[in-house]
Amino acid sequence: MTAYLLKRLLAMIPLMLGITLITFVVIRLAPGEPVEAMTALSPKITAETRQRLREFYGLDKPLHVQYVTWLKKVATFDFGRSFAPDHRPVTDKIRERIPVTLSLNIIALILEFGLAIPIGVFAATHRDTLYDKGITVFVFLGFAVPTFWLALLLMYFFGVKLGWLPISGLHSLGSEGLSPLSWFGDLLKHLILPVSVATFGSLAGLSRYMRSTMLEVIRQDYITNARAKGLAERTVIYRHALRNALLPVITLLGFSLPGLIGGSVIFETIFAIPGMGQLFYQGVMARDYPLVMGILVIGAFLTLVGNLLADICYAVADPRIRQGRG
Amino acid sequence: MSWRRLLCLVSLMFLVSCSDGSAPTAPTRRAAGPPAYGDALVVGSIGEPSTLIPILASDSPSHEVAGWVYNGLVEYDKDLKLVGDLARSWDVSPDGLTITFHLRRGVKWHDGADFTSRDVLYTYRVTIDPRTPTAYAEDFKQVRKAEAPDPYTFRVTYGKPFAPALASWGMNILPAHLLEGKDITRSELARRPVGTGPYRFKEWIAGQKIVLESFHDYFEGRPYVDRYIYRIIPDSATMYLELKAGGIDMMGLSPVQFARQTDTPDFRARFVKYRYPSFSYTYLGYNLKNPLFTDRRVRQAITCAISKDEIVHGVLLGLGQAAHGPYKPGTWAYNPNVNDFGYDPARARTLLAEAGWRETGSDGILEKDGRRFSFTILTNQGNDQRIKTAQIIQRRLRAVGIEVKIRVLEWASFLTNFIDKRNFEAVILAWTIPQDPDIFDIWDSGKTGPKELNFIGYSNPEVDRLLEEGRRTFDQEKRRRCYWRIQEILARDQPYTFLYVPDSLPAVSSRFRGIEPAPAGIMYDFIHWYVPKEEQLHQ
Repeated sequence: MTAYLLKRLLAMIPLMLGITLITFVVIRLAPGEPVEAMTALSPKITAETRQRLREFYGLDKPLHVQYVTWLKKVATFDFGRSFAPDHRPVTDKIRERIPVTLSLNIIALILEFGLAIPIGVFAATHRDTLYDKGITVFVFLGFAVPTFWLALLLMYFFGVKLGWLPISGLHSLGSEGLSPLSWFGDLLKHLILPVSVATFGSLAGLSRYMRSTMLEVIRQDYITNARAKGLAERTVIYRHALRNALLPVITLLGFSLPGLIGGSVIFETIFAIPGMGQLFYQGVMARDYPLVMGILVIGAFLTLVGNLLADICYAVADPRIRQGRG
Repeated sequence: MSWRRLLCLVSLMFLVSCSDGSAPTAPTRRAAGPPAYGDALVVGSIGEPSTLIPILASDSPSHEVAGWVYNGLVEYDKDLKLVGDLARSWDVSPDGLTITFHLRRGVKWHDGADFTSRDVLYTYRVTIDPRTPTAYAEDFKQVRKAEAPDPYTFRVTYGKPFAPALASWGMNILPAHLLEGKDITRSELARRPVGTGPYRFKEWIAGQKIVLESFHDYFEGRPYVDRYIYRIIPDSATMYLELKAGGIDMMGLSPVQFARQTDTPDFRARFVKYRYPSFSYTYLGYNLKNPLFTDRRVRQAITCAISKDEIVHGVLLGLGQAAHGPYKPGTWAYNPNVNDFGYDPARARTLLAEAGWRETGSDGILEKDGRRFSFTILTNQGNDQRIKTAQIIQRRLRAVGIEVKIRVLEWASFLTNFIDKRNFEAVILAWTIPQDPDIFDIWDSGKTGPKELNFIGYSNPEVDRLLEEGRRTFDQEKRRRCYWRIQEILARDQPYTFLYVPDSLPAVSSRFRGIEPAPAGIMYDFIHWYVPKEEQLHQ
């Protein structure tokens, strides 16, 4: 097992290198430069100023030199300074946004798994009944309805019409003066709409997946065997069937690890939540190379780690795999 | 019966006062209580400032916030006249080469230090320093010598008289005592600025809001409103809901919101809507190097074929006005006598026929030397008004036998692959109208190099001469004559079809009093806005 782990970890190094190289080249293939956003169509800019700015950001050097310079710094965990006019270190910019995105995504993820798994199981055990069909319609509605549209409707209804919930942002004005408990309550109130919208939209995938694996497991011989033994239907479903049906879900959990720090642009924009999605989008639009690269490298790293973790968990949970590889 | 008649009259007056374009209009306000200190103005903004050191920023949110924290030596007053700000007064030498600023005494930085000419000198030096990544060095490079003979005098000498120079000293002055000898790009002032302005920095929560509080020792007196809160709400639909729910006090409305969605008794009771021409114009620009557009008569014909009023009504719902030149109607540089051709499709057909375009095929499209009159209008993504404008133009030009295709592009690739490479036939874009009328960079025939702004390749020796003359004298009357003549020439040459000047449409919570709309807008006088004690909302 240790040897296997070591092998996997070592294999990640060339993989990461390849990923950074490709992303570095691809982002620079996009037309326009960071300097562009500052200078384009501005009457007060001469060619000389533009050249000076390009030198300032090191954009005058050949691409491979830029890549090596960048790589050397990244090797020491220095992602450089943003090309945006604030010139702040990329790590600072990411650090101040990660807590928001991370906590929102974790809450949404817990809700998503917590709701989708029971829904899927219920749909499977009540296959082809009216319940099953109703659930299908409900989850696909969530999948199909555009997030921004639903969000705006809910904002209008709960925020403007009823005045029950805040519309956007994370804190009310003046929340600094509240006691810690009411401050937290204020934050929770702000999270209700975004978290509900996010969860509703993502129920479909997981619950349908859960339903189909559950159906597959129920058809297995050992389930028939368990029933034949005279076990209660509850025990059959929840002890024997569910535990096996949950195995593929581990992989899905592993895949959602990088998603935890990747926000959604539309979603964050609508709810004015300062998360990673917005940061990344702004970075791309302004061609802020160090920032974009920083986020992509972290995302790629987490994807690889997520895959590895999923494989390990799988091995731990499923003896068949452990023995097959041992 | 009688009140209905009265209402009619009021709305008629409203129309009349709107149509002359210069006087901003606002509905009548409620009776005001006495001015009182306190409360907060919450403003919504789509974008977040990038840095609060203004010379490093090129985005409008940064300048909007920094504008309350810093002052310049001069500023534009409500009638767009240049007046002293940190400078009490100034003298221009008879040869127009030297400007001497006499600085205000007793001005304090927010940290208590005294403001002196050393700060001005530092700001000038750091701006022209080649190591400073700034977009604002150009005007200051014309300076031959800058000196501070004593703490309250600052003198600059130019190589040639340069009229826009005076306005360029409206640049925000930075505190030398906090920045001198340091790397400005790494200064913490970018996130917590220290200025001389009416509001001092309190906090900045990334991605959420910036809070400023009133500076009690401000040299023009303590502002009434205690706090200015700048909330970042990236989506305009959300922002509008926040406005209605009371989460923000002020935002710029879109024409649809202004005309259709806010015309309810509830909204009118809670908000006051203002309307005045904005400082920008939208135009249809032709690539003059393209054989299609080299003939002036063709460009004139296209202008005749387009109904600008129809565009103003269709795209802006009437909340704007047709443009005939590059200046804002009502300002001194604007020539009110210039009027281009007006909507006249018959004349358009005649002009095209004179230029040799004939209808030969069966599809109704004009042809000349075997070439169909067909071209593509490019515009940028994300601006619905420009796309709609293009569609209206497409339809009108089809009616006189010109085929138009429309292509919408992402901003950066639009500039790099099309504008910079001169790879376009026509574009719909907009320019900001600067307060100083010098438009050298856009129209001078020498400004056609790569990345330069005369990308349509306009060249007219008389315009070149007038542009040069206009920027080399401080005499407003002489300058006016130059710019008025330029507008006559542009109206004849039609290098652009000037389309429209949209209106700014801010809505402000009606608890704010003392708002005086003027040609400069409403915000110029924000330090005198107030909320009567009993209506104050925020502590």
